[in-house]
Amino acid sequence: MSHVIDRRLNGKNKSTVNRQRFLRRYREHIKKAVGEAVGRRSITDMEHGEQISIPGRDTDEPVLHHGRGGRQTSVHPGNREFTTGEKIARPQGGGGGQGAGKASNSGEGIDEFVFQITQEEFLDFMFEDLELPNLIKRHLTGTDTFKSVRAGISNEGNPSRINIVRTLRSAHARRIALSGSSRKKLRTAETELECLKREQPDNLSDIRALEDDIIKLRARIKRVPFLDTFDLKYNLLVKQPNPSSKAVMFCLMDVSGSMTQSTKDIAKRFFILLYLFLKRNYDKIDVVFIRHHTSAREVDEDEFFYSRETGGTIVSSALKLMQEIMAERYPVNEWNIYAAQASDGDNWNDDSPLCRDILINQIMPFVQYFTYVEITPREHQALWFEYERVAEAFADSFAQQQLVSSGDIYPVFRDLFQRRLAT
Amino acid sequence: MSSSDSTIRERKRQPISTGSEWTFELIRQYDREIARLAERYALDTYPNQIEVITAEQMMDAYASVGMPLGYHHWSYGKHFLSTEKGYKRGQMGLAYEIVINADPCIAYLMEENTICMQALVIAHACYGHNSFFKGNYLFRTWTDASSIIDYLVFAKQFIMQCEERHGIDAVEELLDSCHALMNYGVDRYKRPYPISAEEERRRMKDREEHLQKQINDLWRTIPKSASKTSDKDSTRFPVEPQENILYFLEKHAPLLEPWQREIIRIVRKIAQYFYPQRQTQVMNEGWATFWHYTLMNDLYDEGLVTDGFMLEFLQSHTSVVYQPPFDSPYYSGINPYALGFAIYQDIRRICEKPTDEDRRWFPDIAGSDWLSTLKFAMSSFKDESFILQYLSPKVIRDLKLFSVLDDDQKNELYVPAIHDEPGYRSIRETLAAQYNLGNREPNVQIWNIDRRGDRSLTLRHQQHDRKPLGGSTDEVLKHLHRLWGFNIHLEVYQGEQLISSHHVPPKAEAEASGEYPRLDLMIPPI
Repeated sequence: MSHVIDRRLNGKNKSTVNRQRFLRRYREHIKKAVGEAVGRRSITDMEHGEQISIPGRDTDEPVLHHGRGGRQTSVHPGNREFTTGEKIARPQGGGGGQGAGKASNSGEGIDEFVFQITQEEFLDFMFEDLELPNLIKRHLTGTDTFKSVRAGISNEGNPSRINIVRTLRSAHARRIALSGSSRKKLRTAETELECLKREQPDNLSDIRALEDDIIKLRARIKRVPFLDTFDLKYNLLVKQPNPSSKAVMFCLMDVSGSMTQSTKDIAKRFFILLYLFLKRNYDKIDVVFIRHHTSAREVDEDEFFYSRETGGTIVSSALKLMQEIMAERYPVNEWNIYAAQASDGDNWNDDSPLCRDILINQIMPFVQYFTYVEITPREHQALWFEYERVAEAFADSFAQQQLVSSGDIYPVFRDLFQRRLAT
Repeated sequence: MSSSDSTIRERKRQPISTGSEWTFELIRQYDREIARLAERYALDTYPNQIEVITAEQMMDAYASVGMPLGYHHWSYGKHFLSTEKGYKRGQMGLAYEIVINADPCIAYLMEENTICMQALVIAHACYGHNSFFKGNYLFRTWTDASSIIDYLVFAKQFIMQCEERHGIDAVEELLDSCHALMNYGVDRYKRPYPISAEEERRRMKDREEHLQKQINDLWRTIPKSASKTSDKDSTRFPVEPQENILYFLEKHAPLLEPWQREIIRIVRKIAQYFYPQRQTQVMNEGWATFWHYTLMNDLYDEGLVTDGFMLEFLQSHTSVVYQPPFDSPYYSGINPYALGFAIYQDIRRICEKPTDEDRRWFPDIAGSDWLSTLKFAMSSFKDESFILQYLSPKVIRDLKLFSVLDDDQKNELYVPAIHDEPGYRSIRETLAAQYNLGNREPNVQIWNIDRRGDRSLTLRHQQHDRKPLGGSTDEVLKHLHRLWGFNIHLEVYQGEQLISSHHVPPKAEAEASGEYPRLDLMIPPI
């Protein structure tokens, strides 16, 4: 007797837990490999997983077994040239030839255990311990939009939400409860009357009395209203905050003559890292690219990174433009606003205090997070020190860091978004 | 066997199918026909449960080493990752089937297979392996097919509870240690109790208390009376050396908590469940291969399958039973399918068409009824004794077997025997010994525990043919140390002579740290 069962649809990833256990056990190895990969790979290249290799001896499970050596006799197939009593030179090196069959399971393991992690796991390891600041705060601030969801039944509400089935059910229950004793009395009176009519048909007075009772009882039962205000049930709707799943990311970059292509490349990596990071937290992300020298312009990505311009630097122009775009296109109650600014720190000196004012008064109150990276090996200039004052005012949502080479990006990025327990 | 009577064959019926796609209806139809044919040979099987699964699910099944449900452990994840990698890169194909020794017998068919492969797998697993599980004496003695699933469910749940209560890391460490000693968790000579989940659950509580009491007794530090203690000190404990290390730890390790003992027991029981499979690879695969070959040919003889179907079948059959020669780059030891299939086929030949040589070598089976002889061979042996009994000169010649003696004290290898008249017996004995688990695994037994001293545990390894222990021995001893909680010594003996010893922690350190205070129980539990 056989049963044929189609199991294809159920229990697909039975090994998921075991796989996770494995990743958990070798988390240090994997983290190291991921860290190296982030430094090595081009950042546009983040959209796939990574091959991880772990030294074989670390993943081996030890067992008691025989090693090579001693006196071992073994049988092998496919003899062509050997005759009894022949002496053969011992094959050199490991592996092939005699004894290999037995030695192969001994796991002398010189090779690496190599496996693939998915892009998702790769990014998970990369973003580990990171959390977007204020993300949770935003969920709780109440400035979000709301949606109504059903939340059971209540006794109060407006007439358009009456739940008819529940209302009639409770009316029915009330009628049964209120008329119960009267109906019981009615039933006994009726049987009594019948008895009386059958046995003493001439006892008219008693019959009349019973009949009166019955009429009264019927009237009483009838007086129980079919529907009472008490019975009315309403569908209850509650408002649930609908956390905004949209984010806009402003990329601000100085493209003045002092920014070289390599500085821009570093900035680009930083922006892309931020973009990837936001992508994990929001359904929809707009990216606005603003480049500036003495004046600012909104451009597309290509132009943002690759076209060359020269001239002086006025940072406030970009901030002003950003503020205008925010006011025009990205209402704060719908959008989570993030901004990242990259610059080599040069600014026209008189402009820096102006930047500070714009930031403090017009931008910072509305954005989730503003990061400023200064890509320069030199001393800080006025802009940095003005920004430090912004950072004092908005400690939770403003961060600035200095980058020197592309190898610094990841640590700096981590620093900027380090999980902030206090907030 | 089909060619001779193919001329007289009447094509009474239409073939069951002509295409290569499978459907559930077709699988059922093939199964019915194969069952009918198997009936003719009176193959005694458990009921079959045929499950169609995807390649991914097959990889899952692989990873859990053929257990339909296993407890969670990283090592299964490791298996899964390497299988997945190999499969995705096309370096390896997946097995066509996995079959589980349970009642009903569960066989997995892969979705990707053609109908021909599905029929092959049904014949191979559902009637071949299945009847082997039900018939072979080792399986009958060591495993209880009806309760294994229940027991695995129990084990999985218990280990999950332990993880919740004691943390994943604590359980994982314990399992690592148990797995390292898994091959030493079997009583080779005693008949074990069959496992049953209900029984386990019912008695677990009792056992916990009882065990703990026994251990306390063993480790009682207050001497009952002066004379008795001095008596006891002179005798070893255990009195007889113990080969079942896990069992010994479960019963006597001083520092383990009840749940830890229970987990040791689970690993031990699962080792026991797999023990017969490790001892009957050649017999089991050979038997299943013999029957798929026979049954598929019968299908063809009855005209139930097409010529194309048969060619596809023969193509995969030949690749399954292919034995690469020793100097081939694909050679990785003797293929159990090839060897087993050749032996069973040859037994049938000896019964049906014996030659003079066969009459000399196998006087009792030459010319006998092949089916009952074959069934006897299947049910009453394990690989070692099966080869010793049935490996015929013809099979030795066909496979061109030869033996090689590798002695590390000589510069050259020596060929003691090849496939010729003087060599047959020697080859047969050598090959049989090669399948003896006792030879394959180092003989390590628990020799003594120092009950009144530092509580150290001493193991003895009796060397066989000067074969040394492998490189991971010290790692295993560390695991043993974790379970036992006190010093571990492993003494390697050659005959009566002590030739080397291993110590965990290493000797120098242990001496430096001085002796353990006798009544000190402050050593943290593992």
